[in-house]
Amino acid sequence: MIGDLFARELRVINCGLEGFAQKLTLLGVTVIHVEWSPPAGGDPRKAALLAALEDEEA
Amino acid sequence: MTIASANQTVLRRLTGAEPILIDCGPARTVMGLTGRTVLHAGPPLGWEKACETMKAAILCAIRYEGWAADDAEALDLLVKGAVEIAPCHAAGAAGPMTGMVTPSMPVFLVEERQSGGRAFATVNEGLGKVLRFGANDPSVIERLRWIEGEAGPLLGAAIRASGGIDLRALMAQALRMGDDMHQRNIAASSLLARLLMPHLSRAGKDQDALVRVAEFMAGNDQFFLNVAMAAGKASTDPCLDVAGSTVVATMARNGTDFGIRVAGLGDRWFTAPVNTPQGLYFPGFGPEDANPDIGDSAIIETIGLGGFAMAASPAVAAFVGAGGFRQAVAVTEEMAEICVGEHPRFRIPALDDRGTPVGIDVRKVVETGITPLINTGMAGRRPGTGQIGAGVVRAPLACFEQALEALAAAR
Amino acid sequence: MTRAGLVRKSAYQDSVALLALARDLRTTAGVREVAALMGTPANHDLLRQSGLLTAEAESAGPNDLVIVVDADSESHARAALARADELLEARQRQRRSTGRVLPRTMESAFRQLPGANLALISVPGAWAAAEARKALRLGLHVMLFSDNVSVEDEVALKRVARDRGLLLMGPDCGTAYLGGTPLGFANVVPRGRVGLVAASGTGLQQVACLLAAGGEGISQAVGVGGRDMSRAVGGAMTLDALDALGTDAATELVVVIGKPPAPEIERQVEDKLRGLGKPAVVALLGGKAGGAPGASKVRRVATLEDAAAAALSALRRETWTARPFSGDGAAIHRRIAEARAALTSGQRAVHGLYAGGTLAYEATLLLESLLGPVTGNLRPHVDGIHRVIDFGADEFTLGHAHPMIDPASRIEGVAALAKDPRVAVLLLDIVLGHGAAPDPAGDLAPALRAAREVARQEGRTLHVVACVIGTADDPQGLAAQVAQLEDAGAWVLPSNAQAARAAAGIAGANL
Repeated sequence: MIGDLFARELRVINCGLEGFAQKLTLLGVTVIHVEWSPPAGGDPRKAALLAALEDEEA
Repeated sequence: MTIASANQTVLRRLTGAEPILIDCGPARTVMGLTGRTVLHAGPPLGWEKACETMKAAILCAIRYEGWAADDAEALDLLVKGAVEIAPCHAAGAAGPMTGMVTPSMPVFLVEERQSGGRAFATVNEGLGKVLRFGANDPSVIERLRWIEGEAGPLLGAAIRASGGIDLRALMAQALRMGDDMHQRNIAASSLLARLLMPHLSRAGKDQDALVRVAEFMAGNDQFFLNVAMAAGKASTDPCLDVAGSTVVATMARNGTDFGIRVAGLGDRWFTAPVNTPQGLYFPGFGPEDANPDIGDSAIIETIGLGGFAMAASPAVAAFVGAGGFRQAVAVTEEMAEICVGEHPRFRIPALDDRGTPVGIDVRKVVETGITPLINTGMAGRRPGTGQIGAGVVRAPLACFEQALEALAAAR
Repeated sequence: MTRAGLVRKSAYQDSVALLALARDLRTTAGVREVAALMGTPANHDLLRQSGLLTAEAESAGPNDLVIVVDADSESHARAALARADELLEARQRQRRSTGRVLPRTMESAFRQLPGANLALISVPGAWAAAEARKALRLGLHVMLFSDNVSVEDEVALKRVARDRGLLLMGPDCGTAYLGGTPLGFANVVPRGRVGLVAASGTGLQQVACLLAAGGEGISQAVGVGGRDMSRAVGGAMTLDALDALGTDAATELVVVIGKPPAPEIERQVEDKLRGLGKPAVVALLGGKAGGAPGASKVRRVATLEDAAAAALSALRRETWTARPFSGDGAAIHRRIAEARAALTSGQRAVHGLYAGGTLAYEATLLLESLLGPVTGNLRPHVDGIHRVIDFGADEFTLGHAHPMIDPASRIEGVAALAKDPRVAVLLLDIVLGHGAAPDPAGDLAPALRAAREVARQEGRTLHVVACVIGTADDPQGLAAQVAQLEDAGAWVLPSNAQAARAAAGIAGANL
């Protein structure tokens, strides 16, 4: 629920620009940075196969 | 069943498997390996594509069985189809390096309690000029005949007398003692020897024979390797019918191709050319001497040991040239990226008893580009050179990409 | 001149890291130009167009890092590439030295951070929707900073978010405040009673800073992306966020910031606001003001500043009417008249050089209403002497950092218009806060001085009118930034709207 996001402590997964994670750490926010790179090395066809095989929600 | 639940099923089966060592006997009887068949490591292989080491081993195996008097005759039998070669995996076995299994060879029998499935592996010959490294001379055959005539039967008697050896418990303990079960099996081999010792000493009346077998076991730090491989296969084969699962059930190499099988795709191999291991070389050897990646021993990584447990085996990390403990931890973390879960039994003391990463997910491999890392001995390219060092090698990404296509098509 | 390049396979670096690398290499001796990019198809085109495509770069894929340098000589080029290697190695070493191995995927990060509740996603647009979908499937709320996400993807993502009771902010959401934590480009603003839902980042920033100046603060601020209130998206996140603000005990008043949406969406938003039971202010730039206080609790305003002012008044239970200027009206008009008198006869145009997109848009609307047609990249098909450029738009930021971080593109713009005898007023915004450059006023001041000097030598007075979007608590310090601009000859007004009006007045508008 969105209300939870307002009320609870933020615990952030940062996926992308590392600067955001560094800034949040300086602010004392719990954050983990993902060392991200394009899925399947950027190959769009394989990325589409991966998308088709993603875990559905339980 | 969703992919997630299929994968959880496979993870439970794989990590919940109870491989028990229950016997050792001739492949002919224990495996039902009749006829003139030479089993080899890795995915299906055509003779022409085999590397020199593999070819030399196959010819030697044929001579060992007495089907031919010399290499020329042996080759003739192969060409005529009078002798067939087939993957160990197809017959329920797993073999290290060249992975030779023929009807007369004694094989360990491992039974998996949960599924009732069985897997087999030969008795490890030891170091130096041995069949698994493609050595092809009378001393090799002499040793094989001794194993056939003396060591195999005594080991079989001892194992039967023991009532069965819980291999999962043994490996979990060895892991805590610094073994990775691939490159380093000294603790596991010692534990096995200790368990068999009382039964072995009661097994026969021939004192000299007992001494020879005892010395044979005591002198081989890698004695447990083959047993570990059979345990691995017994734990993974029962997963091959879980429809929808993207977890890897088999990884194997034949010196030419690397092959994987996936739990949700049954007995289908996805192959690509092997890489060549790199690491630390024994004196007098260098990278140019290394044979391309070979052996069924990658089954050990498939069950969350070997390279996947490197953080439990810092000695291996240094020896295989992977660097220090931190590097070993980094490898374990890297493998965790591509795995579905952590092993509930195989735990790493130095990482606060965290379970080893297990259940390689084809999707994660393709997504991240992280390929499974395998701790491996390095065989010499020239047949019979033996082991030239130890190192690491990666499974080729192409195998997983092909498997991904097949998984997508199957939905 | 020599060109040399290198390709590092499977060595992905984010865009900010690459720009920093390029900037560093440009300072190396003998280097004329540097490109540091990932080998995506779009970047291949970029390299080709700028004449920097080398043979090795041709084969590079999206996961491969390409560095190309143009240098005075081969040894200079090689030295630059060697330095690039050094910098990349150092970065790797620094990573490894922490001992901590970073997760490589969203899923493994989720395993490593139990209780994670927000995914902040800023990967390139081509992959952003997939990452957002993964995050939602893991049950995470999402702040989607990335732009270049298709409207189809946005619709699908927000449907999933709604189904799961999750918030998806964005796409192109650069600013948010959740539970008092500033996210993205955000000013240091006290915690307070106002909840904001904004279709824009700098719009949110302007309102937040003025609330802070008025002694108020933010309870929550949610960025919903510029298309949320479109017909296709249907206001999905706007409505959900408003619901949540309605039940948020810390929120006493709600502000909605955006552009006029489709009529049925506007009605839904208004209905929602009326049902919240809390006073509300709606700022739809380019829309109509209205809403009698008392009759409905929803007040409609036309500018960002008015949104803050109306909110402050409502919280103080005061009546409020919009005014063109907040300070001494007479003094301001005098100053405008004096400035106008100092112009030469040919100087008639206002040129706005903006870092904030919504601020540029607001300025455009005000200048249009006061002066006539305004051209620029927000009004590409319009002819007019007045012009507003949003330097944060795609055409300026491909291969370059956003103007809020890197002043280079605007500095060039300032120098260019210094020589234009038709320009009466240079209008600009300075945006402070987390994520912005450490000294934006300091960066621009020399260029402003130089431009005014060029004009002076040609017998003209070039007026500079500016606003600073910031607070006293911002790392850059509002007062210090204002002082630097004034020192460089700029007239700094308290808001973007007032700055635009003052500029229009100087250019001859009847205020």
